[in-house]
Amino acid sequence: MSKDKQRSELLGRLLGPGGPELTCEQCFEELDRYVEFEVAGADAERQIPGMRAHLHGCSACAEDYESLKDLVTSTARRPKPPR
Amino acid sequence: MVGVTIPQMDAPSAPQSRSGLDEESQAWLDALRSDGNEREEATARLYELLLRASRFEVSRRKGAMPHLRGDDFDDLAHQAASDALMAILDKLDDFRGDSRFTTWAYKFALLEAAVKLRRRAWQGRELPVEPERWSRMADLGSSPSAGTEQRELLEQLQESIQAELSPHQREVLLAVAVNGVPIDVMAERLNSTRGALYKTVHDARKKLRAGLERAGFELEGREEVGTK
Repeated sequence: MSKDKQRSELLGRLLGPGGPELTCEQCFEELDRYVEFEVAGADAERQIPGMRAHLHGCSACAEDYESLKDLVTSTARRPKPPR
Repeated sequence: MVGVTIPQMDAPSAPQSRSGLDEESQAWLDALRSDGNEREEATARLYELLLRASRFEVSRRKGAMPHLRGDDFDDLAHQAASDALMAILDKLDDFRGDSRFTTWAYKFALLEAAVKLRRRAWQGRELPVEPERWSRMADLGSSPSAGTEQRELLEQLQESIQAELSPHQREVLLAVAVNGVPIDVMAERLNSTRGALYKTVHDARKKLRAGLERAGFELEGREEVGTK
């Protein structure tokens, strides 16, 4: 990875997303709903504002999100948006 | 454990029960709230579902942990599934039906497995001490390839980290953001939680952003760090 890219990523990790974001607890609470919206092709961020910013800022929650999305996708047939 | 077939998500036309849940989710709840054999069988099916999710997480991460054996990974997957099962049975009344029951259950197993794997990967490793925490930032800031703006920004950030953050905020932010210590590992070492430490990181970032803006830097979004 180039030094520029490393610097950019370091700055991103130090400064975070900047805008309003969910907490880790709220993220976990909403994660299943958020993933189902995404898998169904709906606008998940509009349904759950602040989730995307949190996933940018918290690498642990972002990894949990990626895992859940991949697992749901791998077991899903034709998902529908949650309520 | 009994052999089971993991339920799959239904088609879009899946009927809803009277409570508003899809039928599959309602069936899970009814079975887990029943008595006797029905509850035992449902619990066993749920355990198998959680074990599959835990193994899914293990399989994603085990390449980064060559020092562990196959048995270690499977033991860890079982521990994660067991802990997730306990958490789910304890929180069953919290399930609102906003997603399918299986999706809701999966997240507990994935979390348990991921946290255990992160902690296992750092078992026996010391957290970075103060000079190590700074060396990466200094290295990137002083690199000849660093543009003037980025160099100034990194210099200002180092000053702000020293001057404006509390010792706890500095310790957590540098470990997590600079040295790549998983926040779950930090939480274990500091007898804290992911949520509490992320709040520390969030507050520290807020202070740093405010300090940079006072110093004349324009900050937009997460990585789009502008110029003076």
